[in-house]
Amino acid sequence: MEYFLQQLINGLTLGAIYGLVAIGYTMVYGIIGMINFAHGEIYMIGAFISMITFLLLGLLGISWMPLALLIVLVSAMVFTAVYGWTLERIAYRGLRSSPRLTALISAIGMSIFLQNYVQVLQGARVKALPPVLPGGFQIMELDGFVVQLSYLQIGIVVLTVVLMTAFSLLIARTPMGRAQRACEQDMKMASLVGIDVDRTISTTFVIGAALAAVAGMMVTLYYGVIDFYIGFLAGIKAFTAAVLGGIGSLPGAMLGGVAIGLIEVFWSAYFTIEYKDVAAFSILVLVLIFRPTGLLGRPESEKV
Amino acid sequence: MAVAAVAKTPSRGVRALREAAVAAVVALVLAVPLLGFETVQMQAGLELRTRWSWVAIAVASVFTGRLLLALFGSRARRDTPSPRSTELGRIVRQSAPYVGPVGVLAAVALPLMPFSDRYVLDVGILVLTYVMLGWGLNIVVGLAGLLDLGYVAFYAVGAYTFALLSLNFDLSFWICLPLAGLFAGSFGVLLGFPVLRLRGDYLAIVTLGFGEMIRVILINFSSLTNGPNGLSGIPRPSFFGLPFTAAPADGGATFSSFFGLAYSPLQRVIFLYYLILVLALLTNAFTLRIRRLPIGRAWEGLREDEIACRSLGINPTNTKLTAFAIGAMFGGFAGSFFATRQGFISPESFTFIESAIILAIVVLGGMGSQLGVVVAAIVLIGGPELVRQLEDFRMLAFGGLMVLIMLWRPRGLLAYREPTIRLGTAGAAVVSGPPQDGTQAR
Repeated sequence: MEYFLQQLINGLTLGAIYGLVAIGYTMVYGIIGMINFAHGEIYMIGAFISMITFLLLGLLGISWMPLALLIVLVSAMVFTAVYGWTLERIAYRGLRSSPRLTALISAIGMSIFLQNYVQVLQGARVKALPPVLPGGFQIMELDGFVVQLSYLQIGIVVLTVVLMTAFSLLIARTPMGRAQRACEQDMKMASLVGIDVDRTISTTFVIGAALAAVAGMMVTLYYGVIDFYIGFLAGIKAFTAAVLGGIGSLPGAMLGGVAIGLIEVFWSAYFTIEYKDVAAFSILVLVLIFRPTGLLGRPESEKV
Repeated sequence: MAVAAVAKTPSRGVRALREAAVAAVVALVLAVPLLGFETVQMQAGLELRTRWSWVAIAVASVFTGRLLLALFGSRARRDTPSPRSTELGRIVRQSAPYVGPVGVLAAVALPLMPFSDRYVLDVGILVLTYVMLGWGLNIVVGLAGLLDLGYVAFYAVGAYTFALLSLNFDLSFWICLPLAGLFAGSFGVLLGFPVLRLRGDYLAIVTLGFGEMIRVILINFSSLTNGPNGLSGIPRPSFFGLPFTAAPADGGATFSSFFGLAYSPLQRVIFLYYLILVLALLTNAFTLRIRRLPIGRAWEGLREDEIACRSLGINPTNTKLTAFAIGAMFGGFAGSFFATRQGFISPESFTFIESAIILAIVVLGGMGSQLGVVVAAIVLIGGPELVRQLEDFRMLAFGGLMVLIMLWRPRGLLAYREPTIRLGTAGAAVVSGPPQDGTQAR
């Protein structure tokens, strides 16, 4: 029971991170129907930028943790968002009306480019950051097994919930969100009624990148080790989460993220840790075969 | 860059300057965190170093590049296939009957050229391996229109089947090769069966997942695959039983002694080169032939319109499954060639990046174009090979090249594609061109 509870906590934390990345996939897919393959790399860049900001703050002597975390959060979001914007501007905008495969290849090319860009600039070796926010609560203790809930885990889940709420409100209540939803339904119609489609798509990428940056910062703090390759696997898993939740659906992305996080953690805890990635993919295959629209997705009708 | 609407339209120079300035600002923001600071792992932990000169160089080059592009670049829309691209395709198509044979002749002649040393041949073998993989994947992606991001799985299955068969049962190359292909093909059926009902992008992600799963299994199934250490000591191919060694191992003849030649290690390389050339050409011949069979037409039909095909009584799942299995089989052949050429395989060789490279070759070449695959393989594999000394920048250039080619030619390098069969005005089916030379080397 205690072991289960501990794994549940770990799984929820991991799931929150996947969920934040998954939102970027699901939004971009929703609006331009394309897998933004380089999104995992954006997340990786977010992780690197937050690490660099952390080190910089250390040099500047800002050690009051709440302020430092806030600065890191904001700077990671801002800089990564610019990366997201540039990505869309360079690699996707010119290809919007091209065959789907073209855009996918461009995205894969961008993903390879960004990965090696960071590798060349920051080195291939694993970067380790000392624990930033140690400590936590002991929820219960039984037979010497302590269930830990670290401050960091609380912070990750709370921040995710806050961001998700803010983001849902943004999509549901603001003119920008309305434009976004309109473009998702019918881009040509939206442009006819005066919505700047280019800008809306750019905004989508910017928001997705900012959320991925938050996930990248969380992963930097949570695990303390990052390298230039973390984006690939996290990206695939987050995409799996988006599909699992129903692609195009925002609550679905979050739900899918949590589900993937839990599956992965429980699989490692009770079965074999080596095959945890296989578990995530098997779930993806099963979902797609038996419920191709995902958990919360709308069924898509086939038109002739 | 979106230029703000102003009352009087500024001249081109002013506009270009403004766009360049915007690009430079963006480049500055991009460059500051990752170019400006370098994280160095020291004994005491991570340290930061600054390198502002890099930022300055990056910003300056982006400014200049954008300025030049805005001043001299064309602002052509890219949503329609540009006339140039179609024109090039048409020229290629008209000369296709000659380009194919000439290319084959050049490939055959390459090892006999005076400048062909070990290095040239190795690059040639590498390029031809990718040409073969590209042609194999072209059946799946180009003809049947199935987006497969996990092609490397079959490559791996072929390589491991070959290695395990020849290591454990001591079978010769020529027996293992078809077995590896068959095994990879059945693997394709096994993987394809549950997932081929999925639509394009989903299929891509699931195949990607399969590719990764195979790799994870190869790493962890140590009792069979020796895990991350890989399998070594895979037997080298022999020339119909004549080994390519300096001295015969057990008193028998070697290739050089049998033909009365002086021994040279180059002989094996040349043999491998011709081997992969033959394998690749077989793949090509197979594809060109099967395109004209009912099954090949069904593939192309499914690619164009699945619903129409279903209404004509074509079973989409079975048809796709054949394409998947046949593509997988050629992947398996290429895999066994890879295993015998390297003599050593490990899961490291079968990462997602390989799948991406093969898919890129197919798409960059212009989907379904056989000649395009060759051109793309030469550009993508041979090109970075030329700058081998810039090891770190090789993959960087590779990724950038993929994006640039796609932006420049969204439909691939050789975009022109004629339907294999065309409906006449009266509605009667007319095969386009004389079948013997018309579609040979597309």
